[in-house]
Amino acid sequence: MPETTTPGTTTPGTTPGTTAGTAAGQPPTVRRRWSARGGGDGAPPRADVGRVLLYLGVGLGGLIMLFPFLWTVVTSITPGGNLSGGPSLIVEDPTMDAYRTLFDTLPMWRIVLNSFGIAVASTLCQLVTGSMAAYGFARLQFRGKNVIFALYLATLMVPLQVLVVPLFIQMTRLNLNDTYFALLAPSVASAFGIFLLKQAMESVPRELDEAATIDGASHLRIYATVILPLVRPALATLTVFAFMSSWNSFLWPLVVVRSPELMTLPLGLSTLHGQFTTEWNVVMAGSVVSILPIAIVYMFAQRHIIAGMAHTGFK
Amino acid sequence: MASDQIVRDRPAATPPRPQDGRRSARRRSRLRTAGWAMFFLLPSGVPLLLFTFVPMVSSAWVSLHEWNLISEMQWVGFANYAHLLTDPTTREVFGHTVLYIVGYFPLVYAGGLALAVVLNRRLAGRTFFRAAYFLPVVTSWVVVALVWQWLLNPSNGLVNQILGFLNLPQPGWWTDPSWAMASVILASAWKDLGFVMVILLAGLQTIPQELYEAARIDGASAWQQFRRVTLPLLSPSTFFVVVISLINGFQVFDQVYVMTGGGPAGSSQVVVGQIYELTFRYGRAGEASALSWLLFAVILAVTAVQIRGQRKWVHYA
Repeated sequence: MPETTTPGTTTPGTTPGTTAGTAAGQPPTVRRRWSARGGGDGAPPRADVGRVLLYLGVGLGGLIMLFPFLWTVVTSITPGGNLSGGPSLIVEDPTMDAYRTLFDTLPMWRIVLNSFGIAVASTLCQLVTGSMAAYGFARLQFRGKNVIFALYLATLMVPLQVLVVPLFIQMTRLNLNDTYFALLAPSVASAFGIFLLKQAMESVPRELDEAATIDGASHLRIYATVILPLVRPALATLTVFAFMSSWNSFLWPLVVVRSPELMTLPLGLSTLHGQFTTEWNVVMAGSVVSILPIAIVYMFAQRHIIAGMAHTGFK
Repeated sequence: MASDQIVRDRPAATPPRPQDGRRSARRRSRLRTAGWAMFFLLPSGVPLLLFTFVPMVSSAWVSLHEWNLISEMQWVGFANYAHLLTDPTTREVFGHTVLYIVGYFPLVYAGGLALAVVLNRRLAGRTFFRAAYFLPVVTSWVVVALVWQWLLNPSNGLVNQILGFLNLPQPGWWTDPSWAMASVILASAWKDLGFVMVILLAGLQTIPQELYEAARIDGASAWQQFRRVTLPLLSPSTFFVVVISLINGFQVFDQVYVMTGGGPAGSSQVVVGQIYELTFRYGRAGEASALSWLLFAVILAVTAVQIRGQRKWVHYA
């Protein structure tokens, strides 16, 4: 784990008093400690029942959340990959056969590279287009702003299942079907990301950009040097979601891609269901391959999601 | 949209000018702002216009036709809408969708908020837990559906075994028409907990710690700090979660498709499920487009109400 956390289970000095989280569902022990802290720190360390319960709860919950993923991994290394007995976490004779089959039957490297390239491109585009639009909506006053914002949001309200057919026809007319451009184009901007970043920018105190304005900074400068650094947690969050939605997108690539060289991961994995109806280990190996990159992106982004306040310079 | 704050911001943004040139100066400054607005909005506006808006307009056009995706479109005017509004299936699928949202949202929001607050504390292994709770978000619905169908298996599933052990009634879950939607709701809330958690965690980071210190000095209890500092300052993120969850909730499809396929006996069919069936199974693309515009109208109305209502509870800086 990249982050070093200080285990504060036994020492009373590490009361998590500075974090926002101490409130919900906390037993009164925590409160007493705060007042004890104010009155002098003489109390001897004692077992903190609340904290133990908290760990138990979070740990148990974590296990429940992890279970499907663990099961996916276990099934992928089980010979034959039988599902009939219900999910099990015990492997006899683990094998990498499923992964071999996966890489033998599909041009996996090409597929992963396609998906990765498109996901990275789409994420970078969304970060730029999204943060710019968010700045416009959060910080500029112009006529028709609310209407334009409503139109942006409206793009989220029509299901993709309806849009793919007209979009396909449009791409055919432009002679763009079966190209990387067609795969990428619908995801270079998203109202989801714009809305997410706008909300984050709205909580940045205006005093900061007012000060910059008085110093003669332009909007471009305020956007790049004042606002962007302050909404880093939201940018990291958008990175995760944009990457994920491109990486997992299925319906649009299914409609627009013809040639195998352009195949993306979800498309490749969907062919497994046809070819190996019973070979669940191969399907699960495909799942593992599809989950890991997002998990890695998340682990990297998480540091920025959390590290927000350390450098903001709030007084 | 917080325009009152923006208006307040304007005098500071425009430096004071001599009395005589005031009007033209103001116009110039307004023009300059319009220029900046174009600069900031065009990079997203153009792709959204071309690749989402234009197809939306096309689908509105399709909704006025009868079309099986292959042969020529037949103009039918508003017949598709008229048919949908009298068809009892329409009410059913909207009812199921609303039921889904009513069950799903409170679960996922309460769970996500509790998680965000707990995992924002200094906790050993916090990074690990944050990753663990996020994993379901990135796991494909196919895998998640398999696991939940097993967990909720009426005869030998884990959940019913526990319920039986506790002498509680054991429902038929996804095999029972009156419990199918409950199964979808449970699995969805479980999968999306991490999504809400991540957004609220990011929101918690923007709350200045000084406010908590000040609150403590004033003798605020943990609950009072949560109620008076955390919740109000988290409200922009909460607003985002509410709006997006409802927009997505009305378009729920994947989980229903893989878990119940809309069944048993159509008991869990949702609006987008119906749109999908109409388009790709029955070749009634016109009717499907019309249904999606009815859905659009509902989502738009719900979102508009929230945007109006936000003044009452969303606090911007």
